[in-house]
Amino acid sequence: MYKSFTTYFKLQTPPAPLAVFRIGFGIMMLISMVRFWLNGWIETLYLQPKFHFSYYGFEWVKPIGNYTYLIFAVCGLSAFLVAIGLKYRLAIITFFLSFTYIELMDKTTYLNHYYFISILSFLMIFLPANAYFSVDNLLKRKTYTSIPKWTIDSIKLLIGIVYIYAGLAKLNSDWLFKAMPLKIWLPSKYDLPFLGNSFMQQEWFHYAMSWSGMVYDLCIPFLLLYKRTRWFAFALVVFFHVFTRVLFPIGMFPFVMIVAALIFFDADVHQRILDGFRFIFKPLRINIEKFDLKSYRYKSPKLVVPVITLFFVVQLVFPVRYLFYPNELFWTEEGYRFSWRVMLMEKMGYTTFKIVDASTGQGFLVDNSDFLTPLQEKQMSFQPDFILEYAHYLGDHFKRQGHQNIQVYATSYVALNGRLSQPYIDTTVDLYKEKESFRHKSWILPFHYEIKGF
Amino acid sequence: MIKKIVLFLGLALIVSCSTSDDSPSGGTTDDFDRAALLTNLADNIIIPSYQDFGPKLSTLKGAIESFVATPNQSTLNTARTNWLTAYKAWQHVEMFNIGKAEALNQYYYFMNIYPVTVSDIETGVNTGSYDLNSSNYHDAQGFPALDYLLYGVASDDAGILSKYASDANAQGYKDYLTAVIDQMDSLTQQVITDWTTVYRNQFVNSTQNTATSSLNKFVNDYIFYYEKGLRANKFGIPAGVFSTAPLPEKVEAYYNQEVSKALSLEALNAVQNVFNGKAFNSSATGASFKTYLEHLNTNRGGQNLSTIINDQFNLARTKIEGLNSSFSQQVTADNSKMTDTYDVLQMAVVYLKVDMVQAFNISVDYVDADGD
Repeated sequence: MYKSFTTYFKLQTPPAPLAVFRIGFGIMMLISMVRFWLNGWIETLYLQPKFHFSYYGFEWVKPIGNYTYLIFAVCGLSAFLVAIGLKYRLAIITFFLSFTYIELMDKTTYLNHYYFISILSFLMIFLPANAYFSVDNLLKRKTYTSIPKWTIDSIKLLIGIVYIYAGLAKLNSDWLFKAMPLKIWLPSKYDLPFLGNSFMQQEWFHYAMSWSGMVYDLCIPFLLLYKRTRWFAFALVVFFHVFTRVLFPIGMFPFVMIVAALIFFDADVHQRILDGFRFIFKPLRINIEKFDLKSYRYKSPKLVVPVITLFFVVQLVFPVRYLFYPNELFWTEEGYRFSWRVMLMEKMGYTTFKIVDASTGQGFLVDNSDFLTPLQEKQMSFQPDFILEYAHYLGDHFKRQGHQNIQVYATSYVALNGRLSQPYIDTTVDLYKEKESFRHKSWILPFHYEIKGF
Repeated sequence: MIKKIVLFLGLALIVSCSTSDDSPSGGTTDDFDRAALLTNLADNIIIPSYQDFGPKLSTLKGAIESFVATPNQSTLNTARTNWLTAYKAWQHVEMFNIGKAEALNQYYYFMNIYPVTVSDIETGVNTGSYDLNSSNYHDAQGFPALDYLLYGVASDDAGILSKYASDANAQGYKDYLTAVIDQMDSLTQQVITDWTTVYRNQFVNSTQNTATSSLNKFVNDYIFYYEKGLRANKFGIPAGVFSTAPLPEKVEAYYNQEVSKALSLEALNAVQNVFNGKAFNSSATGASFKTYLEHLNTNRGGQNLSTIINDQFNLARTKIEGLNSSFSQQVTADNSKMTDTYDVLQMAVVYLKVDMVQAFNISVDYVDADGD
């Protein structure tokens, strides 16, 4: 066993797939950053709000005024350097840090695919993605003919984990037996040409979409791994992601996944892609014949392999941490994020806060729009950790204004997957006294229904 | 080809798993005719409501002109009666903040922002310098300003009449009163003309599910009005829900002292009629939020969501009917009844804003950003 393990880590493979992946990743990230900037989202999501919702333990990560633009510029520039493979190690570390900083600034904008980018770029720090077809090769006059096979496999494994966990998360009674939330979402796409007033309105179609989505997620990594189904699988990847892009406002994510799925192809496919690039760069008359040819070896494999192993153990364990919490996961959302639970819920809430003077019992309601943007208010209204953090913000705010003996109470109603809204937060609990932690939040009222499954 | 394969896979699985299928019965489809809903709203509710309000406001304008020409108890009484008639009719149009009403930098800002700032009116009367088009004067015009000018400038009718007849600033009062009603009339005519000429077709044909389509904007405006204009302004704010102490002087028609309940009942009826698609001029009903929810088969614990919402409106009406006809007196005498009513009204906000919007899956006018 140990022997086969060590032999596996010695296997070498052509470097082209990783080079193509690096180029694709860098370009997609550069486009994402430019798109984010041009949409004005840096302003509306990070500069306009007076208050930002932080991740537990990362309260120190905040937008830094107009310098926030600089973070995005650094992030975009490092993505470009990754794409061309110039000072790759420094570039990918910079990208990982700047991108992750951006995502940690406000959890209102949390998306699973942003998390995916963060951990993928972390993994890429440890991969020799500049071993081939990079500017670094030109500068060092050295190129590699092979790299360890596990480096490419690690990316495949990460993509596989994402799909499989996303598929497992769909194995629940709402998704499979009620076609929820697609049954709510698809009919509202009545504007779509051709499909809008036909398929989108059919109940059988909602079920077909739910089930095929689940099967797709669970099968696609295997279909991509197996050579005989690979092209078919890739066609499915393209179709599925383009189709979801048409239906839902999911930005760049589908295209990132399509490009990422290329990693599953054999080196000759990537070689042909790189030949295409070579043709473009032909006028530059780059002569690589005099370059040193080498096989890439890690200088300190004893350090890298344990780090990568630990990384994957965390990736496998983290999504199932919800098992440590009581009550319905969709309701409490304790352990919901960072677990590849994508598009599983149509959840809306309405939450108001009362500031009470404990000594007199007198109090007043807060107008949320005085403090939050509409997007923040929407997200806050149905997520307990947002509600708690905002309650503390309000308590601190009114304390500074001179109010005394402050208590903060929330009245909240939440509707999940087409069920009637029901009370969400215990109205008798002073949230200003409750502390954020990884422990179960006992002031979330119980869910009256049962959702079976993962 | 791939599409067929995906569909086939999905279908095969459904068939193979149909024994364990415990989904709610009934087809949820959304081939609902949204154009019919918008047409019913425009032709049977919105335009008739405006066509009722417009002439009533013109009658009020005439009565005020007579009062300004000859200020006596009789002309004052006529002006007051017509003020109340027009104010009640206004309750049926305030929620339609769409089209021209929105384009005029929010028509309702010029019609019904209260409480009024008395010092702004008095300074205007004294100096003759004021700008009703400025946002600084939103709270010094419209029905609340008329309320002050017709009921509140002195403690009794004799005092009020003397302000317009013998006071050193009598001309100032007359001018300000005239300016207010002229502004209201002119804006209202613009809104009505727009609806009856170009906007009606534009409104009816914009059925898409986008943040700027009529249907989505209308739903948003409707809920916003219910939450802010009705629930908060008429009940919550005076009852002190948003402040440390009750604020009885912030009720609607504060100077009149008798009609805040009557006005709020009109407003609740208007809201419920729009919900049910009830025609303004008859008892006929048509396509509406109610029929849309029924069409979507929004079964919530054995009841359609539309029934739950109507029950909540009816409960709120019962609560309001139990209040003093003057809300400021109610707040002063027994504010708990006022806050009870607020709580019942509040519950309907939850049903509208969370449950109904979720059922319609309306794109809301939030900042756009990517989803998962």
